[in-house]
Amino acid sequence: MEYRIKPPSGLSLDTGELWRFRELFFFFTWRDIKVKYKQTTLGALWAVLQPLSLTIVFAFFLNKGLSLPTDGLPPVLFYFIGLMFWNLFASGLTGSSNSLVENAAIIKKIYFPRLIIPLSCVLVALFDFLIAGAALMALIIWYIFWSDALSFSWIRAIVLLPLSLALTLLVTTGIGCMFAALNIKYRDFRYLIPFAIQFLFFLTPVIYPLQLFSNPAFTYILALNPMTGAIVLARSAFSLEPIDWLVPVTGYLSALVLILSGLIIFRKMEAHFADIA
Amino acid sequence: MRPILEVADLWKSYRLGAAQSGYLTLREWLLGLQPKRSKTDPTFWALQNVGFSVYPGDTVGIIGRNGAGKSTLLKILSKITPPTRGGVTIRGRIASLLEVGTGFHYELTGRENIYLNGAILGMQRQEIKKQFDEIVSFSGVERFLDTTLKHYSSGMQLRLAFSVAAHLEPEILLIDEVLAVGDAAFQKKCLGKMNEVSRSGRTILFVSHNMGAVAQLCNKGILIDGGCTRYIGTVDGAIRAYMDTVTEEQRVWQGEHAPLENLRILSVLLRPQDDSAQITTAHFLDVVIDFEVLGPAPNIAFEVWCRYEDGTLLFCAYTNLLDLARNARKAVCRIPANLLNEGFHSIDIGVSGNYVYALLKIDNALSFHVAKYVDENDYSGKDPGIIRPLLRWEIDNQPVNTQRLI
Repeated sequence: MEYRIKPPSGLSLDTGELWRFRELFFFFTWRDIKVKYKQTTLGALWAVLQPLSLTIVFAFFLNKGLSLPTDGLPPVLFYFIGLMFWNLFASGLTGSSNSLVENAAIIKKIYFPRLIIPLSCVLVALFDFLIAGAALMALIIWYIFWSDALSFSWIRAIVLLPLSLALTLLVTTGIGCMFAALNIKYRDFRYLIPFAIQFLFFLTPVIYPLQLFSNPAFTYILALNPMTGAIVLARSAFSLEPIDWLVPVTGYLSALVLILSGLIIFRKMEAHFADIA
Repeated sequence: MRPILEVADLWKSYRLGAAQSGYLTLREWLLGLQPKRSKTDPTFWALQNVGFSVYPGDTVGIIGRNGAGKSTLLKILSKITPPTRGGVTIRGRIASLLEVGTGFHYELTGRENIYLNGAILGMQRQEIKKQFDEIVSFSGVERFLDTTLKHYSSGMQLRLAFSVAAHLEPEILLIDEVLAVGDAAFQKKCLGKMNEVSRSGRTILFVSHNMGAVAQLCNKGILIDGGCTRYIGTVDGAIRAYMDTVTEEQRVWQGEHAPLENLRILSVLLRPQDDSAQITTAHFLDVVIDFEVLGPAPNIAFEVWCRYEDGTLLFCAYTNLLDLARNARKAVCRIPANLLNEGFHSIDIGVSGNYVYALLKIDNALSFHVAKYVDENDYSGKDPGIIRPLLRWEIDNQPVNTQRLI
């Protein structure tokens, strides 16, 4: 095995190297999950309790109180799906954006492909998402056997849910890597991130249906935000309404732009992380 | 035989301004301050045209003064920071140990930390599993394996960390000064382990201030000074060359350093008893720090770090936490007579906040020779030991004059 250390030049993803470090990647993920739920009594149950309690609040105030429509889905399901995907995005983005700064001590002392740090943060958020997903399954089963408020096709659900999840992961990773790299150089991002997430929350149909606005131009402006497409797809998985494919396709296109620019920015700055961290 | 590690024409520069501010704010970037900065800031060459080859089985000691570029070299070799020019060719599996316990997490147990730290250092999970029992028994913390790290004493943490590191099995091992910590017995154990490692045919690059450890462990030596290699050859030759570079006296320090927000050190002066030109073991020495208070300066402590010629830290003397008055000017630390042994000494000056944060460190601010004080009936050889304190003796409860009593 022979390799050379040279001044940084060019751009390459070097997936081979990422693969060699896959164990460390899982160790970082495992560490963050472990630490996250250490000394908590309820442990990973928090991943369910958070979206569930908000779901109840939204179903009560927004649906019962303000009579906002819920795309033909039962309100509880409507809000829970929205919050689940939103939480994956928000916590994955928060985690990965701060990840390099938080791991600066390690970055300065040992080499590994830096990309595995923000990536593992997205994986930590995915872990919470899967636990919430188990709760969603329970909810669906309840609707199937004890309620007739839900009619959907399993095949459609099995096709649409992965599409929605993939879109969420793409956009989270893209912005996450970009912010992680920029945060290490410009600490402003530390303050920008919570604000940006709050801001985006209102620009994503998490608590309102996409068709809220009668002007279709609004719909497609919102569709530029990939999370719009992701949440719309996830909700359509459990209904039989026709899908406006332009929304998720726009979302995928802008997610691709985000992940490419995120990875390029990350790779460009990566070599000097240890010097400026 | 082909070298296992080849360094060729290696250069590394830092921009001074960037290094001082650490990171930029977006505002500076938006206002276009960064380009202006890069034009005016002087470039600091941490390494200049460094080249050498290391052959399989060599144990190479890399020595030099503080700030000579040793750590930068090690960081480049371990891929943490890229070179500016030139390159390194490595033919083998390499692992670096720039710190013990990198990535240790306080909320995890000892067992979990062994796996995490091992993975960070580049071990495969299978490897760690295989060596787990050995790592645990080497560290001697068996009983606390399932206790979270935050309940460990610092000594226990260190032992655990070193045990993981000692069981790394790369072909090339880079080590930075990690032996400078820990109790003497454990240090000895570590040196023994490293000796064992090098005898097993692996290649070691060892950066240290501790000439004793370098001499014991290494067979080759490289001296770096001012970013350049000054000597490449045997370890004894390198240590001799090092001694030559560090034995110039410097009794006044008046330099530039980035001032703190609230404090600027103007000068540091060594004032021996009676302003004597020749300092002897019988003189007390005053270290005089002249400073200027620029703003409110609460919870500040001054530190004097005194090192012996081989780099061993003799002591670090610090003040208690001070709330400096605006008109404060001078701090004086007196090193008593009959404490230092004869030989070459150097002093680093530090300023810390709350004892924890090193706000400022001036390495090698002062350096000086101490000669032995000789009276008529004294024996003239050098006393053994790195300090030479004057101690009180009694025989049958009667005080006794000692040779050293002056």
